[in-house]
Amino acid sequence: MNNNNKIFQFKLVLLGEAAVGKSSLVLRFVRGHFLDYQESTIGAAFLAQTVCLNDTTVKFEIWDTAGQERYHTLAPMYYRGAQAAIVVYDIRSEDSFERAIKWVKELQRQGSPNIVIALAGNKLDLAAKRKVETAEAQQYAEENGLLFMETSAKTAQNVNELFVEIAKKLPKTPTTRPGSGRLPITPIDNNAAKKKTCCNGN
Amino acid sequence: MDEHYDCIVLGTGLKECIISGLLSVEGKKVLHMDRNGYYGGESASLNLNQIFEKFNMGKPTDNLGSSRDYNIDLIPKFILSSGLLVKMLLHTDVTRYLDFKVVDGSYVMPKGGKIQKVPATDTEAATSSLLGFFEKFSAKKFFVFVQEYDEAKPATHQGLNLKQVPMRHVFKKFGLNDESVDFIGHALALHLNDDYLEKPAHDTLVRIRLYAESLARYQKSPYIYPLYGLGELPQAFARLSAIYGGTYMLNKPIEKIAFEDGKVKVTSEGDTVTADFIVADPTYFPDKVKKSGRIIRSICLLSNPIPNSNNAESVQIIIPQKQVGRKSDIYIGEISSSHCVCAKNKYIAIVSTTVETDQPERELEPAYKLLGPIDTKFVSVTDFYEPISDGTSDKAFISTSYDATSHFETTCEDVMDIYKRITGKDLVLTTHPNILKQQEEAAAGHQQ
Repeated sequence: MNNNNKIFQFKLVLLGEAAVGKSSLVLRFVRGHFLDYQESTIGAAFLAQTVCLNDTTVKFEIWDTAGQERYHTLAPMYYRGAQAAIVVYDIRSEDSFERAIKWVKELQRQGSPNIVIALAGNKLDLAAKRKVETAEAQQYAEENGLLFMETSAKTAQNVNELFVEIAKKLPKTPTTRPGSGRLPITPIDNNAAKKKTCCNGN
Repeated sequence: MDEHYDCIVLGTGLKECIISGLLSVEGKKVLHMDRNGYYGGESASLNLNQIFEKFNMGKPTDNLGSSRDYNIDLIPKFILSSGLLVKMLLHTDVTRYLDFKVVDGSYVMPKGGKIQKVPATDTEAATSSLLGFFEKFSAKKFFVFVQEYDEAKPATHQGLNLKQVPMRHVFKKFGLNDESVDFIGHALALHLNDDYLEKPAHDTLVRIRLYAESLARYQKSPYIYPLYGLGELPQAFARLSAIYGGTYMLNKPIEKIAFEDGKVKVTSEGDTVTADFIVADPTYFPDKVKKSGRIIRSICLLSNPIPNSNNAESVQIIIPQKQVGRKSDIYIGEISSSHCVCAKNKYIAIVSTTVETDQPERELEPAYKLLGPIDTKFVSVTDFYEPISDGTSDKAFISTSYDATSHFETTCEDVMDIYKRITGKDLVLTTHPNILKQQEEAAAGHQQ
C-alpha cells in the first residue's frame, strides 16, 4: 500500500524442452528451494513473485507449461498476452538449445510485439558436461535482442539476477496488457441479484 | 504409448476439456487427444488463414488485415455472468487464465423491425420505448412475483403451483399481452421457441431470475465474453487438466475404437492405448449418435458496427420467432477488436438459428438486413447430434453437439450430466478441495 512505489504486473511464461529445469528455475525464484527429483508435472503451474527495483515494484505472474510442451501441445493461450518469456535450455544438450531457438522464433512470430525474451542456459552447476558454449549462446542472444544468462536452479546462481534483469527491461507503462483492469469474476452467491458486486472493467 | 489410463478423452471442444479438467483434478489419469492440430474442435476460435481454409474460400483478402489478429468463434455464444459456466470457472479457478469484458448490450427486434435495447437499469427501463410496447403495470406486478416467489413460502405463490401450471397460464393471470409475453419469454428467459408456454412455469421463472442476477453483476448486459475469443475456454480447461497430470496430444487421427474385456482400446497412428472409459464429442462416434435437427451459423465480417446499436463494441440481438413468422428465434452476436478477435475497425457478427426450411440461408434474411454491409461471410449448416445411449453400459460417454442457444447453460448442463453418468454423483460447484489446497500452497509460497 505504498503510494510512492508503483506496482506493475506482468505475465511471464516459461518455454523450453522438457526437463531443462523450467519449473526448478521458478521454484528457486519464488520459493527459494530446489528438489533433485522434481516431478515433471507439478503444481508450480501458476505462481507469483515480486521484484523490487529502485522506484518501482514488478510483480511477475509466472506461467509454467504444465507439461504441455512434451507433445508440442502448448496452447496459444499460454503465451498470449505474455510481456516476458524465459526460454530455457540445458547447457549439456545441443538439442535443447536448438529447441530454445525455435521457441524464440515462435515468440517473435506469435507473441506480443514488445515481449521481453530472456534466454537461460540452465544447469550451470553441471558445467563439466557442457555441450553449448557460452559464447555461442551469448552471440545468438545479442543478434536477436534477448537477455542472456547461464543459471543454476540448484545452486541459485543467477536466478534472481535473471528475473531482476527482466524486471528492469520491462516497459513501465500504465496499461500493460489489452483489457487491463481485469474484470473481476467474484463468487456467485444467492444474494447476487440484490447487491452490487463490483464495477465493470471499463 | 502402450499405457493404461483411467479415461481417454477425444476431441478438445469445451465440453470435453471441462470434463477432462474435472477428472484430472480428482486424481484420474487422463489422456486427451484431438485429430486437429489446434485446440477447441467445434468450439475453437480460428485465425483468418484457418477459417478461409476450413470454408474452402482460398486466401484471405488483404483488406482484412493480419491473419493472427483474428480469433473467430465457430459457435457464437456469450457467457451469462451468473450462469453455470462462470460457476464452473470459479469451481476450478480457471478464471485466472482468462480476461473478460462485459458485453455492451442486449437488443431485441420488436414489431416494426428497428432494434431496441433491452433495458439494463431502472433508468433505461423508464426511458425505453420498448416498454411502451407492453403494459408497464402488469409487467411490474409479474416481475415482483418472479422475484419474491419462494418455494418454501406458499404466501408468495399467489395460488400458482409453478411446478405444474404451464407458463401460458401464469402470463394470463398477470394479464400480459402477446408482445409482453414475447419480450419476457425470448429476450429475458431466452427461450429459443414458444414450446415453453405449455410447459411448467418453474423453468421460465428460474431463467428470468438467472437473467436478472447476471444483469445485476455488471449492469450493462447479463453477458461477459473472454478476450481472444471463446476458443480460450477449452484451452484454459485443458491447461487445468494438464496441471493436474492430464496428457495432451493434438494432430492424432483416431483409427480404431474397440471395446474389449471391459476396457476401451483406442488406436492412433498404430499405437493402442487402453482406458476404463472414454469421453468424446459426437464426431468420434458416428455410429453411437443420432441426428436431431440442424443449425445454421453465418459468420459475417463487417467494417462498421451494427446500425442502431449505439456503436457498441459487442452486442446481442434477438429476433423473436413471431416477429418474422418463424418457430425459432434468430440470434446475432457481435464482437470486435476490443475483444482481440479481429483487426482494428472490424466487427464480427455471427447470425444463427435452428434450420426450419430447405433453404436455410434465406431464413437469415431478417438478420442480414440489420447488419449493414457485409465484407465476407462464412456460412455453415451443421447437424445436431446426441448420443443414442447414456454410456453407462458401454463406457462411451458422448457429448451432444453445441446447440442454437446464445449462452452456455445447456453446454454446462450436458457437462454436468456426463459427469454424473461417469461418476454416479452430482457435480457440486463450490471450489474443489484440491484447488483450494493448491491455492493455499501458492499463497504460502508467495509470502516468503
